[in-house]
Amino acid sequence: MNKTAFRDGDVISGGLLAALGSYIVLEARAWTYSGPEGPGPGFFPIWYGILMIGLSLFMVISKLMTARGDKGDAYDWRAIGRSLSTWLAFALAVALLKPLGFLLSFALLTFFIVAIVFGRSLLTAAVTAVAVMAGFQITFPVALGVPLPVGLLGF
Amino acid sequence: MDVVNGLLHGFSVALQPANLLWCFVGCFLGTVVGILPGLGPAATVAMLLPLTFNMDPAGGIIMLAGIYYGAKYGGSTTSILLNMPGESSSVVTCIDGYQMARRGRAGAALGIAAIASFVAGTVGVLALTLIAPPIAAFALSFSSPEYFALMSLGLALVVLLSGASLVKGLLSLLVGLWLTTMGTDLFTAQSRFTFGQSQLLGGIEFMIVAIGVFAIAEVLATVEGGVKSQVLPVPRGLRNLLPSWEELKACRFAFLNGSVVGFLVGVLPGAGSSIASFISYGIEKAVSKHPEKFGTGVPEGVAAPEGANNADTGGALVPLLTLGIPGGGTTAIMLSALILWGIRPGPLMMQETPDVFWGLVASMYIGNLVLLLLNLPLVPLFAQILRIPAYVLFPIILGISVVGAYSTSGSLFHIALLAGFGLLGYAMVKLEYPTAPLILGFVLGDAMERALRQSLMMSQGDLSTLVTRPLSASMLVMAALILLTPLLGRLNRWRVRAIAE
Repeated sequence: MNKTAFRDGDVISGGLLAALGSYIVLEARAWTYSGPEGPGPGFFPIWYGILMIGLSLFMVISKLMTARGDKGDAYDWRAIGRSLSTWLAFALAVALLKPLGFLLSFALLTFFIVAIVFGRSLLTAAVTAVAVMAGFQITFPVALGVPLPVGLLGF
Repeated sequence: MDVVNGLLHGFSVALQPANLLWCFVGCFLGTVVGILPGLGPAATVAMLLPLTFNMDPAGGIIMLAGIYYGAKYGGSTTSILLNMPGESSSVVTCIDGYQMARRGRAGAALGIAAIASFVAGTVGVLALTLIAPPIAAFALSFSSPEYFALMSLGLALVVLLSGASLVKGLLSLLVGLWLTTMGTDLFTAQSRFTFGQSQLLGGIEFMIVAIGVFAIAEVLATVEGGVKSQVLPVPRGLRNLLPSWEELKACRFAFLNGSVVGFLVGVLPGAGSSIASFISYGIEKAVSKHPEKFGTGVPEGVAAPEGANNADTGGALVPLLTLGIPGGGTTAIMLSALILWGIRPGPLMMQETPDVFWGLVASMYIGNLVLLLLNLPLVPLFAQILRIPAYVLFPIILGISVVGAYSTSGSLFHIALLAGFGLLGYAMVKLEYPTAPLILGFVLGDAMERALRQSLMMSQGDLSTLVTRPLSASMLVMAALILLTPLLGRLNRWRVRAIAE
């Protein structure tokens, strides 16, 4: 594992959190901090926003100060790529819920996971996709009466 | 209602056929979930919670609790047969359990794990039964400042114990607080952090955050590594699963050690069963006459951590049921479930909803027995679950997550948020940000802000009200001391080493 990469991760996430903290404080400043009835809606967010900025900057600075000259290990980007491609496929399946419905979009997701992420044969992927979606249809709408998102095709 | 009458009432609820069925279903699902690496009780409870909305609250919480403690029973099977923990809390069981299995004592190891889980799990519930009523009675004197201080103390403990970096724990908590602030302010109707989206005016559903951060993130993290291990065979027949008399005798102290340590650690918010099992294993090794044999397959090395792991459940329910403060991810989801059913966990819960409180406690005695009966004879059957290919399992988990989220919100917008929280959870795992503080910040943030604002309204904006009341002052001082731990070099090094191990 690359320690530099870890630190980069900490620096980037710290920077993002500092930006989030700044956004929180800026937004909260527009709301009442304190009124005649006590603290307003801006009171709590301002304090945790300030704390977020302080802590994230502390993390970024302390990482930058200790990171010099230390090469360390690297992330396994190939493994991360498997996870991120799974997430992208999942996000795409979610985006396709409206036009295709749950059964079709998740059958495609299952096919992708089996065939691409796990490298199984197309036949295995197709059979798994059909079987899993049949299981969902039987378990949720039929047995439990829980609706699945329906697409433009009516299922 | 005193303890005896309360418990009798609880058994009259838990022994109703429908509740017995839910208890069995919960224990069964929990065992299955515990066996499957990569799917934890928090993720399962989060995914299945929406399906319990129409259930009777007593039946619903009995089932969810069954999943919670059932997963702890099931986790040991994977540790012993696969040398891979089914649950994070079963990590220690791998050390001696897998060695016993390699020496042909898999049956005895599984038997000892089941017996230790039963003994310690029952002791944990007994302690919960006896300790919960006086704590609830004491908490009746709490007002808003005390509740704010108590939540601050609980969150400080969670931050302290959930990860090596206190700063990352705090940042995770603050993100949870921010997420819970989204929506309409109940005091003034001011909309906060809604980005102009009307769907966010009601805030973000807790289930969306919990399913995303736990279930989706767990799938993504497991996909990364894959699951490639050799399952050791399980001997068939009950006789082959029972440990010998000598092995049981060797575990006498381990049963007691696991029960006591597990319960005490369980009561602490944030500590969790992983820490409990490590501590009890360490104690067992320290007092053993043959510490050098630990790691080679000694039965005490299985009994102590498995016992602690299960006694922890009873302890974890003490702050949840008596104070309304969850100590970890799964109990946070159970708190959310109770609130959704219109039940407010806290000092009045056993008076206002005795069916739910005592029904749950009584069902845990029954559940421990159900799990012993399930796990001893049916372990060979459960072990077959380990042969389900990951490529079948992961699409099912993702699908159930979406169905759960959709049945909660009925909105595709919230399912898109679910995908976002899945990525956030995965990023947190990769960057070593603990997820428990985020979840607890989210679940407690609203109540914490309300308690703080009510306290300041009562004192007309005077912050000293938080430190002039002895109880709230002492809890806030403890919270501050906890957060100052990193400045105490030696203590912090011990903390970091304990968490890293």
